[in-house]
Amino acid sequence: MLDQDFINTLLLTGKLAVWTTFILFVLGFPVAYLLAYKKFWLKPVVEALISMPMVLPPTVLGFYMLLAYSPQNTFGRFLVEHFNTRLAFSFQGVLIASVIFSLPFMIQPLQNGLTSIPKSLREASYTLGKSKLTTFLRVLIPNMIPSIITAVAMTFAHCIGEFGVIIMVGGNIPGETRVASIAIYDEVQAMNYHTANQYSFVLFIVSLVILTLVYSINKKTTPINL
Amino acid sequence: MKIENLRDKTNFSSPLGVGGSLSISITKSMLTTDGKTNLVVCAEIQDNELLCLFGHSGAGKTTLLRLLAGLTKPDKGRIVFNDTVWFDSEKKINLPPQERNVGYMFQDYALFPNMTVEENISFGQKEKNKDEVNKLLELFDLQILRNQHPAKLSGGQKQRVALARALAAKPNVLLLDEPLSALDYEMRLALQHEIRKAHELLNTITIMVSHDLQEVFHLASSVILLKNGMVINEGKPADVFSKNYTQNYYSFP
Repeated sequence: MLDQDFINTLLLTGKLAVWTTFILFVLGFPVAYLLAYKKFWLKPVVEALISMPMVLPPTVLGFYMLLAYSPQNTFGRFLVEHFNTRLAFSFQGVLIASVIFSLPFMIQPLQNGLTSIPKSLREASYTLGKSKLTTFLRVLIPNMIPSIITAVAMTFAHCIGEFGVIIMVGGNIPGETRVASIAIYDEVQAMNYHTANQYSFVLFIVSLVILTLVYSINKKTTPINL
Repeated sequence: MKIENLRDKTNFSSPLGVGGSLSISITKSMLTTDGKTNLVVCAEIQDNELLCLFGHSGAGKTTLLRLLAGLTKPDKGRIVFNDTVWFDSEKKINLPPQERNVGYMFQDYALFPNMTVEENISFGQKEKNKDEVNKLLELFDLQILRNQHPAKLSGGQKQRVALARALAAKPNVLLLDEPLSALDYEMRLALQHEIRKAHELLNTITIMVSHDLQEVFHLASSVILLKNGMVINEGKPADVFSKNYTQNYYSFP
């Protein structure tokens, strides 16, 4: 009943979400750390930029990404000349756009988690001779597990649900950029309501499970009281 | 209790700290509820002193502790422990807290919520030494709580864990920020004894913030009286709190 095309599309959707979440986790933690603990005069601008995807139409970002990827512009030309790669309408191109578009969903929960840890815990660790890295790994991370789960789950869920940026940057190429949300749109256009329904049902259930997980975790945890 | 007796009782063969004297001469601008003031402190603290910083809130007591610990940077001046320069604004020296090796007990105790009592204490050690953790647990009467997490502890228990953790690092100087303010009267009396115990075991300088006269007289070998960032008197508690000074201190402007 499930054809290969259906499975491939879902696998591609999962692959995009896993990669996006992984890359954002690695990139996002240092950024969240800086935003949580450092003061610099450009900080409000950086915070605003990171939050832009929450208010901006995906088409705006998609449009700028396409411009950037174009070999007629510096970044795109650089990629063609040095790596012989064109990012428009490729999985890598969609992945980069997806990482940028999911930034706030990773960084904001991590930043909130870090700022909710009392400053004295970090300082206590420093006075006990522990480096910033040791403090991060042994004091900060263990005391912000709910925030980490929220950040990862929200990024993953948001990425699965992304449509606008992907269709702008990636189009609808099976096995390359055709993720579930695109496939639904495509199937509806072709009046294949049954297939559209299958995709929609899977996305609905996956998102529901992830959000339920996030809410149940946030309900259980209370703020840190020393 | 005599120092020797205490060590016999707990099997600590030698004092935990290295001992030494501390020379402070700093200024730091601070923001208080009354606006901007300058904290100006010059002091020589001798080895094995138990010094109390006494004063109203906003006088600069906690700021001074933080400056000593390296958690806040002074504007100008020098801090020297024995022969080690901790801070020198002219030579641009500012040792981070990790290299000063001070034991700092925070007002909220700052116990790590993810670790048990035992793990909190062993986290403070430079080299893991289970034997010493056991001795500290015994000394502060924490054996039965060793596997508890801080959230389950009472205020007095947390205070004892925080003291034990600070001692585990064998600090050069022990800094206590209002260690007893969050506790009720009877608990305070009991825990003053624990602080004395910690001080004697460490055998080095202890500096403690307090605004409780009884506490100062009970514990301190010397006291610095701070008002709006200025040292207005220092010396033995009995001398500092002689009638004149006390009147002066409590007088309204």
